Amino acid sequence: MADPLKHHGRRPVHPLDDLLRTDRMPHIWCPGCGIGTAFSSCLQAIKASGVAIDKTVMVSGIGCSGRGAGYARMDSFHTTHGRAIPFATGMKIANPELNLIVFSGDGDLFAIGGNHFIHAARRNIDMTVICINNLNYGMTGGQVAATTPYQARTTTTPLGNPETPFNLPFLAWAAGATHVARWTILHTRDIKESIVRCLQRKGFSFIEVLSPCPVNYGRRNREKPLDTLAIYQNMTVIKNGVSPADATMDMKKGIVLGTFIDEDRPTWQDMYDRLYRKE
Amino acid sequence: MKGNSMADAAVLTGEHFMTGDVACAEGAIAAGCRFFAGYPITPATEVAEHTAARLPDVGGTYIQMEDEIAAMAAVLGGSWAGVKSMTATSGPGFSLMMENIGLGLCTETPCVIVNVQRGGPSTGLPTLGAQGDMMQARWGSHGPYEIIALAPMSPQEIFYQTIEAFNLSEIYRLPVLVMTDEIVGHMSERVVIPDAKKIKTIFRKKPSGRREGFKPFLAGPDGIAPMPVAGEGYRIHITGLTHDEQGYPAMTAEAHAAMVSRITGKIRNSLDAITRTEAFMLDDAEIVIVSYGCSARTALAAVEDARRAGIKAGMLRLITVWPFPEKRIRELAARVRGFVTVEINLGQVHLEVERCAGGKAPAVLVGHAGGTIISPEEVLQAVREAFAHHG
Repeated sequence: MADPLKHHGRRPVHPLDDLLRTDRMPHIWCPGCGIGTAFSSCLQAIKASGVAIDKTVMVSGIGCSGRGAGYARMDSFHTTHGRAIPFATGMKIANPELNLIVFSGDGDLFAIGGNHFIHAARRNIDMTVICINNLNYGMTGGQVAATTPYQARTTTTPLGNPETPFNLPFLAWAAGATHVARWTILHTRDIKESIVRCLQRKGFSFIEVLSPCPVNYGRRNREKPLDTLAIYQNMTVIKNGVSPADATMDMKKGIVLGTFIDEDRPTWQDMYDRLYRKE
Repeated sequence: MKGNSMADAAVLTGEHFMTGDVACAEGAIAAGCRFFAGYPITPATEVAEHTAARLPDVGGTYIQMEDEIAAMAAVLGGSWAGVKSMTATSGPGFSLMMENIGLGLCTETPCVIVNVQRGGPSTGLPTLGAQGDMMQARWGSHGPYEIIALAPMSPQEIFYQTIEAFNLSEIYRLPVLVMTDEIVGHMSERVVIPDAKKIKTIFRKKPSGRREGFKPFLAGPDGIAPMPVAGEGYRIHITGLTHDEQGYPAMTAEAHAAMVSRITGKIRNSLDAITRTEAFMLDDAEIVIVSYGCSARTALAAVEDARRAGIKAGMLRLITVWPFPEKRIRELAARVRGFVTVEINLGQVHLEVERCAGGKAPAVLVGHAGGTIISPEEVLQAVREAFAHHG
């Protein structure tokens, strides 16, 4: 029988194959997981942005999303839990020619790495931080995170989460991020365009991408894989330019998406050069 | 011309009166360090302060991070961006750096970490010296590894040893520790900085040839793989997970054994080249004082006092505490009456001396928890007792 993948005597090439470590496939992400969708949008954006791939570096921390760096066929670093941002900061400052993309998860960037996030935003380090927010710690089997909604069930909040989650865009804005956006994995073109914009601008850019985790989060919260996508479709409203303070995220009342902040402010490097490299 | 003036500015040739901390910063700059990620901590703050002021003049960059975890992460990032990178800290910060020091070991990232030791545990004695982090230097990060740790005894020596630390880190592609202490860090002494041409600096072996399919951890017989840096087109993947020659995660016991044994082998197979000691009146010594760092200054005085008292004492000074000079201690154990280890802790290097002496010669400790130097009188007393008991 003919190989259905064969056309005109050659296997077709996926348009992202050149940016993907195809020798590492299959990836570790579970069926129904949204990370791969966001990752594809990210690779598409890298391609579309026109940045030099050989001067572009992807840095990840630890967790499901933290495996992103391992699949990107470019210089890529899988660091320690929570420390992708300071690692990328050192890299950017040591060689300002590099384009830094941090691709990691909500637990990595906002619990263990929360302090690094706010300081990199405050400093306006020129980098793009993409946070895949799946509302829990997926890699370790579904524990409560700093983003888990109030009352949601996880393996470590069997009777519901008693805590209040972070609103990530609001936090990023308050800390000084100069570009702040939120999308879901249903909004692949918006994610892509958002990342293209971030790669073409200077400064600390933050994009939150809501992503389903049916195996760990959905299962314990009566949310079937399609239910999560239905929330992303029916409960979201795009409000570009709205204050991140009003970018609420409530699964029942509604989720505000969009590009909330995009402003110019000198980067850390600009300020350092101005003060310390007088010629 | 700019390049030349920067090179001149990098090495402050001449005679100076400076503290150990400042001499450390000058040594780093002379070694080619151009990125310092710091976090203030007594008694290491002056290394950061001096570096912050000096690096921009030589084309380098200083950044003060939000904590020591971030500082260590940034140092690794800086090194992978192709720039010689360092940080300096003390006990509490050293504890926070441990995980990323492990990442540096696993990913074979050259960099230098200076620990200006103070009294511990915990916040302990911020302004007072100790040598209580020596075993932490050896074993503080999790998992099996080998480490190089130098222990300078004076500001002059910290200048040279910081250069040496950079050179060793670049040769062996590993983080290297400078384990100094508050006493050496804060003392002011004459420091002679030679002409730039007389300072030997080494930069990592770089790969050449095909970028496609390049394997960043494919090493030759010496176990040291050439190191590409980010932005050169090699499209490397670097992970703290156990990895294969390609740098890809490899989750098997076999892959783990291969990786760990190659990385540890870089030091284990080069012990003679790395390990450095200094002998003082050791040829005919019957009692050997083993010491390092600030305590070696005390020990030196005690050797002279013992000799005046008619006791044949000598000192083996450890310049590298890690790797530990096992062979040297074993050789000495076969012919001396005893060892006296002098260090400001409750017995860390002492345990190594005792282990390597292997019961052939008794080993005693002169040490205390920290906060002050050990007096030569205490050492002399221990030497007298060791000599009398085993005479």
